Amino acid sequence: MAVGLFPGARRGRLLAVERGKRVLSGVVEPIAYIQRLTRMYEHLGYPAYQWVRNDDRPPFVPLSKPLAECRLGLIASGGIYAAGQVAFHFKDDTSIRAIPREAPIASLRTAHFAYDQADARADPNCVFPLGTLRGLVAEGVLGELASHAYTFMGGIYSARRVQEEVAPALVQRLIDERVDIALLVPV
Amino acid sequence: MGLAARQAEAAGIPALCMSSALDITRSVNPPRAAFLDFPLGHTTGKANEPGLQRAIMLEALDAFTSLREPGQVKLLPFRWDEDDSWKRAMERSDARLPRVGTPQYQCDEDRALAEGAREGSCPVCGVEEA
Repeated sequence: MAVGLFPGARRGRLLAVERGKRVLSGVVEPIAYIQRLTRMYEHLGYPAYQWVRNDDRPPFVPLSKPLAECRLGLIASGGIYAAGQVAFHFKDDTSIRAIPREAPIASLRTAHFAYDQADARADPNCVFPLGTLRGLVAEGVLGELASHAYTFMGGIYSARRVQEEVAPALVQRLIDERVDIALLVPV
Repeated sequence: MGLAARQAEAAGIPALCMSSALDITRSVNPPRAAFLDFPLGHTTGKANEPGLQRAIMLEALDAFTSLREPGQVKLLPFRWDEDDSWKRAMERSDARLPRVGTPQYQCDEDRALAEGAREGSCPVCGVEEA
């Protein structure tokens, strides 16, 4: 399925600003996941899913130093665990795994119910860019990585539990790790 | 993930959300985001293409400095394929697995390793150090 990068794709496909948000000129519009998943949940007989909608101005703090001096904390929700750790289960698993920044990529695994894991298992950098980020640290683009990356499963049906349990636990780890910036990678 | 990004930012940590789902990201409205229009399971690139993964990450990290207003989304200039045919294929499929409540190991060796390491403790609670 995967083909090479479309030759023209790296040459400015960003269009002008529309209400402060840039618009992509793709061949086909981005997939409407909210509509698609809402229909699927209805079909499965689940209670109506409450999509998180924030219309406020989100909190925002500018970077305090150049990226090359920043300590970066990586958080990913693709169900990543390292061999030797307990895998995630698929029923609102709110637990967190700590993956050492020097973990061999070959020791990384995935356990997730909601996406095709074939490529992520062949190369975890598809959803967990630990190797990519290590390379950028070695190049001097980034200062350093936090001692651990933190992962969870993500497919948690209750937004309240994410808001009140998972997110605060992740943020506490970022604070404890004294990171300057955080990169969050969902699936 | 956008919720965690908002809480991180509120705690004073600039946070960038990667995204494969533009509508969900815009709805959650994180402080700043980078959207890559690839199939789910490829938030940061294609398998075994480290050059592409690096280029994607560089474009994404640029959002830390180029996005100056709260709630902006940087659209990353990469396409999965020439005609977006993966999107049509996705309309016809769904790969979701049953939501079972026991650990789902990638392979049996992982189960043996984990169970051997954690005898007597709750297997699914809290943080696990590798």
